[in-house]
Amino acid sequence: MFESGSSVERIPILKMGSYLLVTIQVDMHDRLATSLQDDLTARIVETRARGVLIDISSLEVVDSFIGRMLGNIAAMARVLDAETVVVGMRPAVAITLVELGLSLPGVRTALNVDKGMELLRGSVERVAKVNSRGRRQARDA
Amino acid sequence: MPTDPWLAHIVSKFESEILADWIQHQLAADTLRRDLMSEAELVEQSRAFLGLLREAVQKGNLADTTGPEWTPVREMLACVSRARAKQGFTASETATFVFSLKQPLFARLRGEVGTDVDALGDAVWRTTVLLDKLGLYTAESYQKGREEVIARQQQEMMELSTPVVKLWEGILALPLIGTLDSARTQIVMENLLERIVETGASIAIIDITGVPTVDTLVAQHLLKTVAAARLMGADCIISGIRPQIAQTIVHLGVELTNVITKATLADAFTVALERTGATIAPRSGHV
Amino acid sequence: MAVVKHETREIRSAEDIVLVRQAVRAWAIELGFRLVDQTKLVTAASELARNIVDYGGGGTVVIEALNDAERRGLRLRFEDHGPGIEDVDTALRDGYTTGGGLGLGLGGARRLVNEFEIVSAPGRGTRVTITRWR
Ligand SMILES: Nc1ncnc2c1ncn2[C@@H]1O[C@H](COP(=O)(O)OP(=O)(O)OP(=O)(O)O)[C@@H](O)[C@H]1O
Ligand SMILES: [Mg+2]
Repeated sequence: MFESGSSVERIPILKMGSYLLVTIQVDMHDRLATSLQDDLTARIVETRARGVLIDISSLEVVDSFIGRMLGNIAAMARVLDAETVVVGMRPAVAITLVELGLSLPGVRTALNVDKGMELLRGSVERVAKVNSRGRRQARDA
Repeated sequence: MPTDPWLAHIVSKFESEILADWIQHQLAADTLRRDLMSEAELVEQSRAFLGLLREAVQKGNLADTTGPEWTPVREMLACVSRARAKQGFTASETATFVFSLKQPLFARLRGEVGTDVDALGDAVWRTTVLLDKLGLYTAESYQKGREEVIARQQQEMMELSTPVVKLWEGILALPLIGTLDSARTQIVMENLLERIVETGASIAIIDITGVPTVDTLVAQHLLKTVAAARLMGADCIISGIRPQIAQTIVHLGVELTNVITKATLADAFTVALERTGATIAPRSGHV
Repeated sequence: MAVVKHETREIRSAEDIVLVRQAVRAWAIELGFRLVDQTKLVTAASELARNIVDYGGGGTVVIEALNDAERRGLRLRFEDHGPGIEDVDTALRDGYTTGGGLGLGLGGARRLVNEFEIVSAPGRGTRVTITRWR
């Protein structure tokens, strides 16, 4: 459970070689999500990370706020020359996000941490060949 | 018919004694199913029901259990019987829940009303009629619960009838056969996404060669599945789109531009192999 | 149709949004909703609760379990006495936002449920009622 109003609570960010790994394990309230976004940007700069892996396999809900945060992180990381991969989204969450109208354009995805790592290594090794999945999604109801 | 003063009196005065008695009756009955329900659960259900019954008896008309005073009682019974239907209780095991309350109530009525035979007869009669009605209601709810179980089994059969197969390491195929309605498509697609997670497959081929027609809703479900799979980190290929279906899809204005489509399952498989090969062995030099 | 059970919750802070999500999840599980449907309901609730915090100046949600002859459902009524919405149709449009969001909350919530009703009057507040049947 979270402690309300606490300013010390933070989602931990792990450094693994030249990558950062974040495992989101709690139902985050909005300020916590916002602080994760800030912390990650700072850590990318500080560690000169080439990639960020965000594991959301524990998340039972992703709403437009968390979705926006994931998109922001990816966009800011890109500006800082790092790739972001979101891994482990559950089927029910994915189905709901599609219905909500959120397709996370610009966010790369993988099934699990291993595959996400593979993707990061591959794209860092072949930066030029990044096959942008630039996807626009049908948003019809 | 008014409330029954005696019944109202004894359930208020002896609620905990009646409860203890009733639970004992239920625990001793040969319809008891310890394998399906814990004693704690039984006690809790009984306690809750008796509380609701007391409130209803104090306010409500005993002759008409369809009135608003009886709503909480009816709803609780509906809940209990549906749950029991799902847990595998028989109809009579379920109805015993209500009928087994008769004895404890009669015993208390006898104790309280005393020697006034007319009054006692009256009170017992009203109580018995009341519990019979509630018992019947329980049986009806049980029946509804059984129907829900059957519907669920049908749904499970439907899932079984469209198995997801693993074609290759990292490649799944879902060959769809027969008419797709919206409900079936939804379940089949959810099933596919679950299998993607379980197997870690990065590509799924949805083959609709065996599907005669596709309507807007079904087409949209297909596309939403493709979008959801992408969010999870897997790609889908739709194969076997017949000319008529292609026409329908274009005619309906459903956009397929972001979806990989192939004429046959074999073509789709080739593409899938290329893709997984390219990501699994990037260092082997053929990229 | 009968309301079997109901509960009212205050929505004032970011923490309350989390609590609403958890409460709706618990109710949806209790009513036997399938996982995907639970997730849709919880997500819609999260959107509407956040709108109350962000724009409505705080409010409440009433959670009701419904039961009629052949089906069961969950109804959520989000209500605030904030500034209200001038043009509801515009607010419902995907991408429309006055708060720097994605503008997906209202429209998205509507797509995630079976019934959606919004009543809003400038200066008097907003009430959004959503229902999902099992
Ligand atoms: N309870 C409310 N009271 C007043 N205005 C509201 C309320 N809910 C929504 N609005 C208005 O409707 C607009 C659209 O709401 P919607 O939830 O769709 O998008 P958003 O909150 O701006 O962004 P998102 O939900 O995607 O993060 C809001 O920007 C706001 O102007
Ligand atoms: Mg919103």
